[in-house]
Amino acid sequence: MLREAHLSDKENIAIDVRDAVKRYGDFTALKKISLSIMDNEFFTLLGPSGCGKTTLLRMIAGFEDVTEGAIFLYGDEIENLPPNKRPVNTVFQNYALFPHMTILDNVAFGLEMRGASKADARTKAGEMLELVQLSQFSARKPSQLSGGQQQRVALARALAPQPKVLLLDEPLSALDLKLRKAMQLELKHLQRETGITFIFVTHDQEEALTMSDRIAVMSAGEMQQLGSPTDIYERPHNMFVADFIGETNLLEVSVDGIADGRATCHLGGGHELTCNAVDGIGVGSKVHMSIRPERLYMSAEPTASEGLHGRVKDNIFVGTDITTIVQLDEGPDFVVRTSNSDRGNKRIFEPGTEMFVNMERGAARLLAD
Amino acid sequence: MAAGAASGGSATTDTYKEARTWLLLPAWVTLCILILAPVLMMLVYSFLTKEFRGGVIWEFSLAAYDQFFFDRGLFGDDPPKIEWTYIAIFWRSIWQAGAATLLSLVIGFPTAYFIATRAENMRPVWVFLITIPYWVNLLIRTVSMKFLLRDQGPLNDFLINIGLIDSPLHIVNTNFAVQLGLFYSYLPFMVLPIYAAVERYNFNLSEAAADLYASKWTTLRRILLPAVKPGVIAGCILVFVPSMGSFLAPDLLGGAKNFMIGSLIEEQFKGNAGNWPFGAAASMILLTMVLIILMIFARQQAKAEKSGG
Repeated sequence: MLREAHLSDKENIAIDVRDAVKRYGDFTALKKISLSIMDNEFFTLLGPSGCGKTTLLRMIAGFEDVTEGAIFLYGDEIENLPPNKRPVNTVFQNYALFPHMTILDNVAFGLEMRGASKADARTKAGEMLELVQLSQFSARKPSQLSGGQQQRVALARALAPQPKVLLLDEPLSALDLKLRKAMQLELKHLQRETGITFIFVTHDQEEALTMSDRIAVMSAGEMQQLGSPTDIYERPHNMFVADFIGETNLLEVSVDGIADGRATCHLGGGHELTCNAVDGIGVGSKVHMSIRPERLYMSAEPTASEGLHGRVKDNIFVGTDITTIVQLDEGPDFVVRTSNSDRGNKRIFEPGTEMFVNMERGAARLLAD
Repeated sequence: MAAGAASGGSATTDTYKEARTWLLLPAWVTLCILILAPVLMMLVYSFLTKEFRGGVIWEFSLAAYDQFFFDRGLFGDDPPKIEWTYIAIFWRSIWQAGAATLLSLVIGFPTAYFIATRAENMRPVWVFLITIPYWVNLLIRTVSMKFLLRDQGPLNDFLINIGLIDSPLHIVNTNFAVQLGLFYSYLPFMVLPIYAAVERYNFNLSEAAADLYASKWTTLRRILLPAVKPGVIAGCILVFVPSMGSFLAPDLLGGAKNFMIGSLIEEQFKGNAGNWPFGAAASMILLTMVLIILMIFARQQAKAEKSGG
């Protein structure tokens, strides 16, 4: 089952999870997950709650044992080591700062445990606090800091012992939106600056898209798709990914014909669309099609052969965009998003107006399941 | 209260104050009858003159305290020397209670930790199991303990049978037997407050410590213990204080040689041979000692907290 780690793997692959299974009694939390996380990568485990992403992170940290399979850290098998023997550190969701210690002692703790003298540990901890701009709070107790400040202390504490890999378990979920956005950038920046591999767990797809080099989308203990943010947004493999990442029009279609790598799909109500054919989806299959709302536009006259005729039901103003809900003639509802900055080029129609919905080339994708 | 005063004049405030007085009354009455009155009575009695065959004569006297601290010879006319007998009994009481507290802590802490780390629905079951023996009267439990520990008792039989010892261990009538008796009498008072503290403990902190390369022992010492310290202190006080004044365990398990302050006081109020003012004086001295020990403890605690320990 276990292949030999190659020398190049040893340097390039920070964490190698091989066929990892986690069972709690009869319940299987993780079903045979395999993935390789590269050195110096900002890697995100993304999925709804209960998908197994936190379980996987805790298995890498050593808080959960691995029912089956193996985990390698730069080529060394680690799944049987206790957490204090693994050179990885964690930023916990609730921060888990030691309440009876000062901020400085919190940050110095890991350094001290790794054998640094108390004075050295404190000096280095001071430098870490400078990095996260909290030097002036070093003598305070955690309870005297705000949530955002505690968050940065947790980060400094986990980074201080210079771990090979930093694990972050939904660290931003307790912060308000504005602070969260600022921290996202700060985290990304810290990752670049330190060169440490980050493994980030979140249920927030926008956060994942913003920060990650690569994302593993998980659901029900299985990995649904692994790829760059562009990959999983533009080319979702299946319905779950298309639906979970961003907003999309998910349509039930039947494939009527395939020619020259293009599939002709029937939407119901006499509407037809063509899109790139997908291996494994043949003529006669009933599948789903995903079209992102921002890749649709409206016009009074059909601009292409594929303009779909319908009537505007409602316009919703959401700040940067206007979301238009369109009812196709005897067909499904469509959501069309028009950027406010694009209003000069693209038309907005009043509710009740009849119009055509058009699609940018390559916007529609057939999904396997 | 401020809002009430602003809108409805002083009537609302007065009603509120009156209600508070009445509602607090039961608490005050209980405190006075059960705590203040007995202590005051004891204080008064300790300054009265003893009546032979028990009881007191209502005449002010310092004889009880004098008897406790000074030796004036058989007829009371020698120059006063310090009387060591009672001070020694006091010292032994502190020592025995301290040992029993330590024993309770060593056994009680892991027990409490064990209970607090069980599944949530099993914790009340374990707490219940811990308290079951305490439904039996203390006297009966202590006598049973003597039976178990005596030279021909089940413990010695067992140890001889498995070949660990050749002749019975003499446990009854030793200091250790008393410590064992006190430990057994008050163990739940150690377990329950520590259990409550550990149950509130955020085990994420232990994970964080392990994540930061701390061993299990270091995590216990540097993270868990400081977090549950209030529970440990409460447990120690709850075991130490009643152990100091206990007389059943020392009487039944310790014999005449291992007399403790509780037994001394009990003797003074028993039958016709007693000396009520002397018993009251010894009680007051015991109370003062306990308070002093607790105050020293509290002060050191505050100091440790201040220095950021």
